[in-house]
Amino acid sequence: MDIWNWTRRGALAASAAALLAGAATLGAAPAIAQTPPGVLIVGQIAEPKSLDPAAVTAVNDFRILVNLYEGLVQYSPGTLEVAPALATDWTISDDGTVYTFTLRDGVTFHDGTPFNAEAVKFNFDRMLDESHPFHDTGPFPLAFFFSAVETVEAVDELTVKFTLSEPYAPFLSNLAYPTGLIVSPSAVEASGADFGRAPVGTGPFKFAEWRSNEAVVIERNPDYWGDPAGTEAVVFRPITDANTRVAEMLAGGIDLMVEVPPVALSQFQGDDFTLAEQAGPHLWFLILNAKEGPFADKRVRQAANYAINKEALVNDVLEGTAEVAAGPTPPAFAWAHDEELEPYPYDPEKAKELLAEAGAEGATLTFYVTEGGSGMLDPVPMGTAIQADLAAVGFDVKIETYEWNTFLGEVNPGLEGKADMAEMAWMTNDPDTLPFLALRTDAWPDEGGFNSGYYSNPEVDALLEKARVSTDQAERADLYRQMQRIVQDDAPWVFVANWKQNAVTSSRVENFALEPSFLLMLKDVAKN
Amino acid sequence: MAGYILKRLLSAIPVMLGITVIVFLIMAMIPGDPATAILGSYATPENVEKLNRDLGLDKPLVQRYFIWLGNMLTGDFGRSFSLNRPVLDEIAERFSATLILAGTAFVLCSILGILAGAISAARQYSLADKAITFVVLIGISVPSFFLGMMMILLFAVNLRWLPVSGMYAIYGGGDLPDLIAHLAMPALALAAVATGVIARLSRSAMLEVLRQDYIRTARAKGVPERRVVYGHALRAAMVSVIPVLGIQAGFVLSGAVYIEMVFQWPGVGRMLVDAILKRDILLVQGGVVFVSACYVLFNIAVDVAQSLLDPRIRT
Repeated sequence: MDIWNWTRRGALAASAAALLAGAATLGAAPAIAQTPPGVLIVGQIAEPKSLDPAAVTAVNDFRILVNLYEGLVQYSPGTLEVAPALATDWTISDDGTVYTFTLRDGVTFHDGTPFNAEAVKFNFDRMLDESHPFHDTGPFPLAFFFSAVETVEAVDELTVKFTLSEPYAPFLSNLAYPTGLIVSPSAVEASGADFGRAPVGTGPFKFAEWRSNEAVVIERNPDYWGDPAGTEAVVFRPITDANTRVAEMLAGGIDLMVEVPPVALSQFQGDDFTLAEQAGPHLWFLILNAKEGPFADKRVRQAANYAINKEALVNDVLEGTAEVAAGPTPPAFAWAHDEELEPYPYDPEKAKELLAEAGAEGATLTFYVTEGGSGMLDPVPMGTAIQADLAAVGFDVKIETYEWNTFLGEVNPGLEGKADMAEMAWMTNDPDTLPFLALRTDAWPDEGGFNSGYYSNPEVDALLEKARVSTDQAERADLYRQMQRIVQDDAPWVFVANWKQNAVTSSRVENFALEPSFLLMLKDVAKN
Repeated sequence: MAGYILKRLLSAIPVMLGITVIVFLIMAMIPGDPATAILGSYATPENVEKLNRDLGLDKPLVQRYFIWLGNMLTGDFGRSFSLNRPVLDEIAERFSATLILAGTAFVLCSILGILAGAISAARQYSLADKAITFVVLIGISVPSFFLGMMMILLFAVNLRWLPVSGMYAIYGGGDLPDLIAHLAMPALALAAVATGVIARLSRSAMLEVLRQDYIRTARAKGVPERRVVYGHALRAAMVSVIPVLGIQAGFVLSGAVYIEMVFQWPGVGRMLVDAILKRDILLVQGGVVFVSACYVLFNIAVDVAQSLLDPRIRT
C-alpha cells in the first residue's frame, strides 16, 4: 500500500496541506517583493506611544516626531548647537530672563492654519498651565524642561516673548529638544485627547496613517516652506525583537534599521549595506557610593577607575559601538567638552598602589547591575567584565541583578545601606543636565535629585550654579571645563563609555546621516 | 444539559473574580511604577509623584481595585498609558490576530498530529513509523522560538520565499494570500510541539485499540485493512485524544507569546510582554482578565463537549 494513498480522508488532508503551502508560495511573491522606490521603510525598536510631542519621552517616538514637526529652534546638523528653525532670530535680555523670538513668515500647519505667535503661546500654555482648556490632553511628563517659563506672550503676529522666573541657560537647547516641537492648536482643539493619533505639525512630512502595531506612515508635505523632502513617504515599522529586526534588514523588508545589536554588526559588511555611526551625548558610568564603605575614600574611587579596562569593554563587549569616556561630559557637546581631558588609563598596578595607600585591599563590594534599559548597552556582560577587572586588583565584588524599572527604583533613591556601586547611563540634550541633576550636593536623592552616590564638592556646586545662569556660551563652556577637571580627579563615578549610535541602510538609500542628538532627520534622505 | 451548562457558567464567576484580585495584586506588588517607566532617567521622586497623580495612581489600593472592577463591569477597561488609547480597543484588535495564529496552529497540530499518530500505529516499527517518531521527537524537543528563528533564517533570509515578520505586507498586501504568506512560518512553529504531543498520544491510543477483540473480528470477517484502521480503530481512539486536544489548545494559546515575539505578530501575547515591561498596569490587567475569561469559557466548552460524548461525566 502506497503511504501517500491510503484513504480519501488522508488524500484530502494532504491536498489541503499542499494547497496551504502552494498559497503560501504564491502569496510570498508580492509579500517579499522589493520595497517601492521613493518610500523609505524604517525598522523601529517599538510601537510609539503617541505622536504628540508634549506627551512622549522615548527616543523611539522622537525619531518619528522630528520629521512631522518643527520647533522654534533646532540642533544644527551634525552638532548639538542651537540653530534657527521656526524662529528666524531671537534676543536674550541681559539678565537672562526674557527671550524674544522672531517667527518665520508664511509657515502653515499641515491642516492649513497659519503658524504664528498665538500658536506658540498655545503650545506652551497647554503644557504648563493647569487651567488651560487643553491641559487635559496630557499628561506631559517632560513639561518640567520649561518649568522656568513664567509667561508666554504673543507680542504681535510674528513675535513671541518668553519670560523666565530665573536665568536658565539650557532653555534654548530644551526648546530644540522634541518636547519643544510645535503642534497645530486647531488640530488639538479638534482631536482633543486623540491628537496623539492624528498629529498635525509644520514639518517636511505630514501624517498619513497609523496602523496599530504595524506601521506609522508619513508623506511628503507638498506645501513645506523649505526644500521638499527627498522621499514620497516614510514608513516606521515597530519590530521589538532585535534578532527579527536584523533578519528583516537582511531579507530586504526594511531599508533602514536603527540600534543594530553589536553582535549583528558583522552581518552588514559588504556592498549591500552601509553602516552609519555617530557618537552622541551619552555617558555610561558606574555610580560609586562616596558616603560610606571603601568608596568614601577618593583614592579607592580612583583605583576603581584605573583598575577597569575600558578599552576592552568598548572593543570586546560592545564590539566598537562605543568610545572610552573621559570625565562626566560627553565629547558630543563639542563646545563644552574639555578636549585635554584624558581617560583614566588601564593600570592595575597603580590601582593596587592606591588601594594599599588607602588600606582598602580586599574590600567587599556590592554592585547593582541591570538586565537592560534605555542607553544601558549590554549591562550584564559589562557588569561581569567589570567584576573580573576589580577582582584582579583584589576587590571581592558581589553582583546583584535587577530588571530595569526595579533597578531604577533601587538606585534613584540612593545607594546608602544597600550597595557600593551601580551601573547607570544618561543621554541628555545639554551639558548642564547630567551634572546638575546627578553631581551637585543639592541633588542628593533626599533633595529630589539623582546624585545616588552622594558626591559633594562645593566647588563643583558653585561652577554648575554659575553656568546655569550665564547667557554667554563661551563663559558657560569655560565653567563646564573647570567642572570636568575637578570631577574627573574626584572620581565620584567610573567613567566608562560614550555610546556611538549606529544604523544600517540598504544600498538603495542615499544622503543618510545620524545626528549627535540621536534624532532621525529624514528630510534629505532619498531612496532609489 | 442546560442546567449543567448554567452550573458551570456560575462556577466561573468566583474564578474570574479571583483572577481579577490576583492580577491586580501582582501588578501592585511588582517593583517599579508606570511613572518611572515613562520618565526613565528623569524619574525624580517629585516628577514620579506628579505623574502618578495625573495617572490616578495615588489613590489607596483597595479603592483603585474597586474603581477598576466597577468600570470593567460597565465595559470600560480604562486607557493604556503606553499606547494612549482605550485598553479594550487594543485587546480587540490584538486578540483577533492571536486567534488567527493560534487557531491555524491548532487546526494544523490536530490534523497533522492525529494523522502522524495513526500512520505510526497502523504500521508499527516500519520505516514510516520510525521516521515519524524521529520527526515528532524533534518537534517536541526543539523550543518553538528557536525553531521560529531557524525558519526565518532559512525561508526568509536565505531563500527569500516568505516574509520575515508581521501580519501583512506594508505595501501592496492586505489580502488573503498575503496573510497566508505571513502566517505560514509562525503557525508551523507554534504547532510543532502540540503536533508532537498529539501524535505520540494518538499513536498509543491507536495501538491500544488495534489490540481489541472487535478489531480482530473486523479483520476476520474480511473488512479491508484500510477501513479497519481508519474507519473503526481511529474513531474509537479519538475518544481519548479529544480531551488532550482541549489541553493542547491552551498550550498553543500560551505558546503564542514567544512566537508572536519572534515573528512580531501583532497579537495579544506580544502586547502583554510589552505592557509588562512598560508597567502599563491597565493594559496588563485588562489583557490578562480577557485572556483568562476566554480560557475559562473554552474549558467549559470542552467539558460540555465531553459530557455530550460521555454522559457519565455529568454529575
